[in-house]
Amino acid sequence: MKARTPKESSDVPRERQAQARPLPQRLDRVIHDRTRLAILAALAATETLSFTDVKAITGTTDGNLSVHARRLEDAGYVLCEKSFAGRTPRTEYRLTAAGRRAFEKYLDHMDALIKAMRKT
Amino acid sequence: MALREVEPVAVPSFGEHAEESLQFIRRTMERSSTFTAVPGLGGAGMGVVGLAAAFLAAGQPSPARWLIVWLLAATVALSIGAAAMSRKAARIGAPLSGAVGRRFATSLAAPLVAGAALTWGVWMHDDPALMPAVWLLLYGTGLLVGGVFSVAPVRLLGVAFMVLGVAALATSSVWGDVWLGIGFGVLQIGFGLYIARKHGG
Repeated sequence: MKARTPKESSDVPRERQAQARPLPQRLDRVIHDRTRLAILAALAATETLSFTDVKAITGTTDGNLSVHARRLEDAGYVLCEKSFAGRTPRTEYRLTAAGRRAFEKYLDHMDALIKAMRKT
Repeated sequence: MALREVEPVAVPSFGEHAEESLQFIRRTMERSSTFTAVPGLGGAGMGVVGLAAAFLAAGQPSPARWLIVWLLAATVALSIGAAAMSRKAARIGAPLSGAVGRRFATSLAAPLVAGAALTWGVWMHDDPALMPAVWLLLYGTGLLVGGVFSVAPVRLLGVAFMVLGVAALATSSVWGDVWLGIGFGVLQIGFGLYIARKHGG
């Protein structure tokens, strides 16, 4: 069972939580996960990548990659195309326009956080 | 019960976390767009073949036999390179059939095919003295263009080959084997050993 952290406690109104942690609250939670971030970064650098390519680049397992890629697909960030090369099934991933926008927004957000840190 | 003093744990700030995230993204994007299975030791092996070919070819009595020596050397060297690349790719988990591998292979192969066609054309026009320049320039072009998808030393090696190609054009044809020996022998061995040391074999 997933334990609730104190910050997720319903005792504190959501608005007050947002004020307490203003910047991270705006982060795209779908992208923020390390494996999903790696998948998006890999796809942002090239047009398409096969399942094997993404697995090698991100250094994740088959099962883990499938789960995280599906999450990105569900969010509309990644397009998954399945085909056959002869008898061998082939899975190709590509970044959607929404995925590229979300990735760029995430990069801007990281950049803003760094600038904010340097000002303080 | 005595309370143990707990050492403070350094918690990274949002800014530090963001910097680390951007570095992670940069590394991942580089891995995604860089073909890293360029074989260093295989490249050095190709260089040994090239150096041997330069000495052997220089002593041949006819242009036909000179060409045969270089064509055989090219076949052996390319086989060594392909086998070494395949082994390195399997070892580091960078599939040759991947998008970056395909781009690297296409960029490298196109000038090599052009070089083969020009070799035939130059031979048919009975002007074999041009061959060293053609081979050095086109192999260098292949490395330079393929190197766009790979590590920097590959591009540098491409430029060095092209410089040697220009030198071969600018000097007397008797220097042909010297330029070929420097390029396909010495440079190939030197860069091969550097890549093996700095880029994982």
